[in-house]
Amino acid sequence: MGGRVNRRFGALVAWIDARFPMTKLIREHATEYYAAKNFNFWYGFGVLATVVLVLQIVTGIFLTMNYKPSAEEAFASVEYIMRDVDWGWLIRYLHSTGASAFFIVVYLHMFRGFMYGSYKRPRELVWLIGMFIYLCLMAEAFFGYLLPWGNMSYWGAQVIVSLFGAVPVVGEGIAEWIRGDFYISDITLNRFFAFHVIAVPLILVILVVVHIMALHEVGSGNPDGIEIKEHKDASGKPLDGVAFHPYHTSKDLVIIIVFFIIFSAVVFFAPDMGGYFLEHANFEPANPLQTPEHIAPVWYFTPFYAILRAVPDKLFGVVLMGAAVLLPVFMPWLDRCRVKSVRYRSWVYKTALTIFAVSFLALGYLGLQPATGLYTTFSRIFSVLYFGFFILMPFYTSLEKTKPVPIRVTK
Amino acid sequence: MTRGERLTRRHFLTAATAVTGGVGAVAAAVPFVSSFRPSARAQALGAPVEVDVSKLEPGAVLKVEWRGRPIYVVHRTEEMLGMLGRDADLLADPDSAESIQPGYARNDHRSVQPRFLVVEGVCTHLGCAPLPRFEVAPADLGADWGGGFYCPCHGSTFDLAGRVFAGVPAPTNLPVPPYRYVNDSTLLIGADAGIA
Repeated sequence: MGGRVNRRFGALVAWIDARFPMTKLIREHATEYYAAKNFNFWYGFGVLATVVLVLQIVTGIFLTMNYKPSAEEAFASVEYIMRDVDWGWLIRYLHSTGASAFFIVVYLHMFRGFMYGSYKRPRELVWLIGMFIYLCLMAEAFFGYLLPWGNMSYWGAQVIVSLFGAVPVVGEGIAEWIRGDFYISDITLNRFFAFHVIAVPLILVILVVVHIMALHEVGSGNPDGIEIKEHKDASGKPLDGVAFHPYHTSKDLVIIIVFFIIFSAVVFFAPDMGGYFLEHANFEPANPLQTPEHIAPVWYFTPFYAILRAVPDKLFGVVLMGAAVLLPVFMPWLDRCRVKSVRYRSWVYKTALTIFAVSFLALGYLGLQPATGLYTTFSRIFSVLYFGFFILMPFYTSLEKTKPVPIRVTK
Repeated sequence: MTRGERLTRRHFLTAATAVTGGVGAVAAAVPFVSSFRPSARAQALGAPVEVDVSKLEPGAVLKVEWRGRPIYVVHRTEEMLGMLGRDADLLADPDSAESIQPGYARNDHRSVQPRFLVVEGVCTHLGCAPLPRFEVAPADLGADWGGGFYCPCHGSTFDLAGRVFAGVPAPTNLPVPPYRYVNDSTLLIGADAGIA
């Protein structure tokens, strides 16, 4: 009985394989994709980012079924979702918490790259595509933030769009072109909705597929920063690698469950996270004549916002903020050290990386505070440290005295 | 025909096709890019606004909306006008040389008549709405504060003519929109003799 079912199933797979490379794809990307056996938890954030992407797409689709992208109705339709739609509050909180979770996971994923040299040869393209994904994610979050049409949505968009106005001569024209009006209006909301629900997600999903394809072409890195492909057994399998499925997938399942325990705790007990995930000024509808007491973007943009405010000159501030976002793109070429993993690099890089991490977190905190006195002074100090990490990198990394790198992965 | 000529011909046709296709693609993009500009309706809604200033108390501010922007109409008292000269050396652009205003508002009081100031309540830094703070020497703004506008977002300060102080994020003075007096007590904001 079982034998006959198996035979029939086998025949079906063969029928498909003759027409579509199903088994081939499963082998190349799962059952015969070998990744190092010494992954630590830092290697779980890529999978988590994918899980959050799926979560955002699914909850997003269900939100669009009740949301109305017009200045008249947007705010009320979000309240309607929260109060009248069955389980609407859950779907919306999953989506809003998912946005913050996305950035937490992606920042940790990127920091993993900084620690273990994930951007280094031969993974430069994986890194570049990843940076494009990050830029798309920022655009996606920015467009999405206008949609609830709360007062912080409105003024946040006003501030960000007017950044383009800093460009000499054509700036005002560009800002007007983006808004489609003389101010942030119904027209702006409508087009941001189009970007948020179709244009950007489409690019995002394509880039994620390309990111994974590029990764699987060169192979995943590992915390020791050595290439497992250089030591293979007689059958051609890397000696230090295990198949992605079932070994890494079963471990990833644990990571995903732990993630959802923490995520659910936030969704059910602190969906606004004390004003950090959902800003309190956004609980009142957009009012073009009334700025919120204190405009701050959501926490994931605040490091860059702090840099923008630290500069007294408008255009130069915008340029520096853009540079701060884009500098990590050049990591593969800024870092002159041959050793990938921080485990075998010198105290110089460890110190620089620590300074970078502290500066990023400090700027994130300062971006949430008012731009006055001591806060501005500290923003300036940490901005200098942030830029110093990247700009001085070619110098301090080429002088590094590294430790010997092992031939095979360690425990 | 020789082999070399055929290759040249093929290259020429490939290049010509690519260029034609490229021009077509750019031409096809024009409608999509243009559709992003303010529509006819959006432009019609940006029409001028009439404001009655006869009931505006001295020292008070009236906020009206024009093109979605807050416009502040301030009835300045004699004392407030007297303050204008005081901090001139602390201003970034005292003569409004770098700032946006119609020619008739480019003077010491930045208005048609000294009494009524009309400025956009839009900070020239990042477009927040500066708060009118006309009281002299309040606790949070310091003893030197002679009245003006304070932006809560990033701390830019402006005097009672909307002129920006030096050393704050805002680069220029608060813009003055085009306006004119229809009669002694009525302003038309968004239109002057030149436009309307």
